[in-house]
Amino acid sequence: MSVAGHTPPPFFKRGLAPLAKLSFFIALSLVFLVADLRFRMLEPARLLVASALWPLQKAVMLPVEGAGEAGNYFSDVANLQRENAELRERQLAQANQLLRQTHLDNENRHLRALLEMQERLDAPAKAAEILYHARDPYARRIIIDRGLTHGIDNGQAVIDDLGVIGQVTRVFPMSSEVTLLTDKNQAIPVLVARSGLRAVLAGAGSGAMELKFLPANADVQPGDTLVTSGLDGIYLPGLPVAKVTTIDRDNSFSFARFECEPLAGVERHGQVLVLGKLEPPPPPEEPKEEIKKPAKGRAVARPKP
Amino acid sequence: MIQPTHSSRRILLPARSWFIYLSLTIALVLNLIPLGRLPGIPDWVALVLLFWSIHQPLRIGMGAGFMFGLCMDVANASVMGQHALAYVLLAFAAGGLSRRILWFPIAQQALHVLPLLLGTQLVMLLIRMTTGAEFPGVLYFLSSFSAVLLWYPLNYVLLLPQYRPIEHDENRPI
Repeated sequence: MSVAGHTPPPFFKRGLAPLAKLSFFIALSLVFLVADLRFRMLEPARLLVASALWPLQKAVMLPVEGAGEAGNYFSDVANLQRENAELRERQLAQANQLLRQTHLDNENRHLRALLEMQERLDAPAKAAEILYHARDPYARRIIIDRGLTHGIDNGQAVIDDLGVIGQVTRVFPMSSEVTLLTDKNQAIPVLVARSGLRAVLAGAGSGAMELKFLPANADVQPGDTLVTSGLDGIYLPGLPVAKVTTIDRDNSFSFARFECEPLAGVERHGQVLVLGKLEPPPPPEEPKEEIKKPAKGRAVARPKP
Repeated sequence: MIQPTHSSRRILLPARSWFIYLSLTIALVLNLIPLGRLPGIPDWVALVLLFWSIHQPLRIGMGAGFMFGLCMDVANASVMGQHALAYVLLAFAAGGLSRRILWFPIAQQALHVLPLLLGTQLVMLLIRMTTGAEFPGVLYFLSSFSAVLLWYPLNYVLLLPQYRPIEHDENRPI
């Protein structure tokens, strides 16, 4: 209450009114949200805070890792023997292919040279270990223990011993974040191994994947294996990705529903391989005259006043 | 018998700032534990932040919520501003309700806490769903319920430094 233009001082200092504070912080949060989602402007800030939090994170991981190791230590000898036998069997089954691999590679190179085709690309790989699943329940991401200091770069493909598991989407100094193929915002160009049909495979949520935009009469059968087509220049061609499980050909929709399940242990822990970035072949040169013409036409269409 | 409410006859010592921030930092560390996609793990930062904004609304509020929210966004690899916005709203609601909530015994305080925590999760869900993320499943909301079950032990632990020893002094009324 003011008496003759005089307001008594407040008894308690309480700062701004709660509603004013609330609207300020909401506005600030919304700015952050838009800057991060729309413009990706906050990656440096994220890198900074993540580097500061890393020792804390590492310390917290110790007991969990310790518990896991203790569990392993007490695991049955029988279990290990069984696993060993399985691995031996698999190695023997693959020996035929592995032993002839160099020979076939050489032969392939000669034949490609003869046919004057482009050299097949080969990417260097780095082994990494999955540290943990990111705690964000809305996305499917894992954290691996290799980062900027080990030469990991954004966009590299990540595989395990059975197939592709995902792609590096964010790199921190000592770790990096891999978005799994089952994430809803992750897509990968694939090839149906049996029929050679090209398609795009995208995550469908809850651990499943889906072939997108294929007509209802597409040549796909349940049990078909999908391999990478290599069209994007990120994944090497021919890596196994997924298996078609169910097909729902409903005529009321223009596209059929092809549900797939990943072949690699996408949701398991273990060792992975980060493939180096492929150098995409230079695009074919276009004639320069065609580029000039439209520029001229636009200049004519918009004369200066 | 512990009765950290306004209707209690026990008088608490003033809360120390370093203890408040230490407890929030410990909550952040607890949130960093990589437990994968296990459902029902409480959001410790939200819980401790809620506790302090109810008990000390003049010292812990939207500013602290915003800062710890940003830390959570980075640590969780989620969208920047997601936790920050949710925690700011949580701190605002808790600060407004603090004078009401503290008159209730602890079990009924927990009943007040539950909708606040659920609302926080709902805000985060809305933010992520509008930006095209997948629905994490109904079990996602389980973490609010497990957090509410921790309200009593949390009250005990966080108010422990504020209790004064019970000494009967005949010359002093309190």
